[in-house]
Amino acid sequence: MTTVIDILSWVFLTGGGLFVFIGGLGALRMPNLYTRMHAASLTDTMGAVLVLVGIMLQAGLTLATIKLAAILLFLLLTSPTASNALASAAILSGLQPQEGTVRPGGASE
Amino acid sequence: MYYAVTIATLITMGLALVRALLGPSIYDRLLAANMFGTKTVLFLSVVAFLYGRPDFLDLALVYALINFIGVIAVLEFIRERVDNNGAKKNTGEQNS
Repeated sequence: MTTVIDILSWVFLTGGGLFVFIGGLGALRMPNLYTRMHAASLTDTMGAVLVLVGIMLQAGLTLATIKLAAILLFLLLTSPTASNALASAAILSGLQPQEGTVRPGGASE
Repeated sequence: MYYAVTIATLITMGLALVRALLGPSIYDRLLAANMFGTKTVLFLSVVAFLYGRPDFLDLALVYALINFIGVIAVLEFIRERVDNNGAKKNTGEQNS
């Protein structure tokens, strides 16, 4: 049973590390703000869930698991909210998302 | 196995810093700062178990809250500034 939990935790942790790294790469390499936001919010939700669940499986049923669950709850509540507020502020400031071959700034004035 | 996640998180924090330094608009920098904060929370959680000191989880918890409040505060500040500078498109339903 311990081995099964260890293997499961290892899979979760590796997947989370992979998600975090891919999201960071996407946030650096994507062409404009909204695609970068997509990559970054991917790491904020999926990567955080995978890593924290992997650590939770390692911790067992202790106080640390409760703290990790609180961290997970806060992250799941706050990071989509922050992404939404960021996108809304960017839209309100006149930064239009590109569609097809529309030039940047062409539709905002 | 904690080492792999720690190294991945550190590399991602570096990539977020690079994006924050060369982001063209201020929203890119804010996005990178938000991502950096979230990755710091993950990094603290993993390091707490890597070194066997679960006290670090409290730091991670506090950092998650402070990061969120900081990003929202800076966004509100920028939105106020944009509104005061004669915004190009006001929707009218949002007047704070």
